Amino acid sequence: MITIRQTLATTRRVLSQLRHDPRTIALVLVVPCVLMTTLRFVYQHKLRAFDAVGAPLLTVFPLATMFVVSSVALLRERTTGTLERLLTTPLSRLALLGGYALAFALLATLQAVLVSALALAVLGLSVAGPTAMVVVVCVAVAILGMGLGLLASAFAQTEFQVVQFFPAAIYPQMLLAGLLVPRQRMVGVLHAISDAMPLSYAVDAMHHLGRQTEVAGALWGDLAVVVAFAVASVALSAVTLRRRTA
Amino acid sequence: MIGRRVDSLAVQVELETAEPPAVAAEDVRVRRGGVEVLRGVSFALGTGRVVGLLGPSGCGKTTLMRALVGVQARVSGRLGVLGKPPGVPALRRQVGYMTQAPSVYADLTVRQNLTYFAAVRGVPHAELDGLLAKVDLGAEAHRRVDALSGGQRARVSLACALLGEPRLLVLDEPTVGLDPVLRKRLWGLFGELAAGGVTLIVSSHVMDEARHCDELLLMREGRVLAHDTPGALAARAGSHDLEDAFLALIESSSMPGASSVEDESPRDAGA
Repeated sequence: MITIRQTLATTRRVLSQLRHDPRTIALVLVVPCVLMTTLRFVYQHKLRAFDAVGAPLLTVFPLATMFVVSSVALLRERTTGTLERLLTTPLSRLALLGGYALAFALLATLQAVLVSALALAVLGLSVAGPTAMVVVVCVAVAILGMGLGLLASAFAQTEFQVVQFFPAAIYPQMLLAGLLVPRQRMVGVLHAISDAMPLSYAVDAMHHLGRQTEVAGALWGDLAVVVAFAVASVALSAVTLRRRTA
Repeated sequence: MIGRRVDSLAVQVELETAEPPAVAAEDVRVRRGGVEVLRGVSFALGTGRVVGLLGPSGCGKTTLMRALVGVQARVSGRLGVLGKPPGVPALRRQVGYMTQAPSVYADLTVRQNLTYFAAVRGVPHAELDGLLAKVDLGAEAHRRVDALSGGQRARVSLACALLGEPRLLVLDEPTVGLDPVLRKRLWGLFGELAAGGVTLIVSSHVMDEARHCDELLLMREGRVLAHDTPGALAARAGSHDLEDAFLALIESSSMPGASSVEDESPRDAGA
């Protein structure tokens, strides 16, 4: 009960901080839309190819945005001393991270709804499956990006360092997720690595939604893997968040 | 010998208040990066006193404070806070901590900061207005912290530490950057809190502030050089000026062959 109240208070606080930073909100919401529009015109003469890559590429935006936003936000708590103060209060670490997760999930939902709506309604992206599921997959990836970001911030002392974790944690996933080449056609080792990366399952889910009208068990399975990775990374970052530091 | 000093003060505390000491440290040591930052610190502090933690920067004041609030790793020796090991969940409602740099959210307003820390500590929002008045920030409640002056930020941070009427306040240089009027008012507030039974540990590197304290812990190079009342310390060094007294203590402690001042027991710490 207390934990829930603390979680919600943290969510409210993080959202107030975001509200005071309209530039970040604008970047989070506008940049994916601009990129998606650009992509649409890159494929101007190959619109069937746009249909094939559009939905899977939608997963990259929330992953990237939420990784950066959450890793820097938590690192800022570390460097300004607010984290140290919080750790001397009755606030539980899970409530703190849960509060972050909820706040960023809201932002991610907004982003996912906006960019999916633009892609599907304005840019003419067509998927076979239900469009609501496209948004659901995006939100799941956003929570994954947030979890990975919170985790990365545990291994960085400065904002400089934590931003360097971005290419290290996100680019390999983008290369191996099946965005460029179908995963089945990768050489054995790369396929195995790709199997171990959460973004692969989100991209699989989007491929599925692109081709099939029905939401099958395989799609739920892919979604479950993404969520499991997200939950595991938030839990792991709660563990790495030490109350006592040197 | 260290034990003797702890005992003498502890006995005195017990006679006065019949309570266990608010803080008891026995041979507390902390290593950071291969260096011993606290090198065997022992003392006992009574309840309801303003204790000044003084010493040059780098002498271990902040490390000691971090150990008291339970966020310092690798603490050895015995440390008791309100009769419990530091940092245990039961203490987190009873200990207020203000870090040296104002640890508040610069991108939130004063009130938003207080509202959040109040929710985290389980403090009713009705308390906030009184608290803002106490630290003289009533007029700034709706301003963002990053638009405030350094002194105002420090007071926001202080207000957050005061939330929920903690029994022990650990304040790391709370008066840095404040003008003399405000500084005087805050020391007045600290005195009032102590009169109400709160124990305050206030660090400073300005010797001038020492006279506001009931007791002083003088630290140097990870050790407690002296633990006494301001008056007794000045008298011991034969000077009215506490800065001179401190310098004299340092000199006598670093003289080769001189017995460690840690052996001295406070003569009238309870006075």
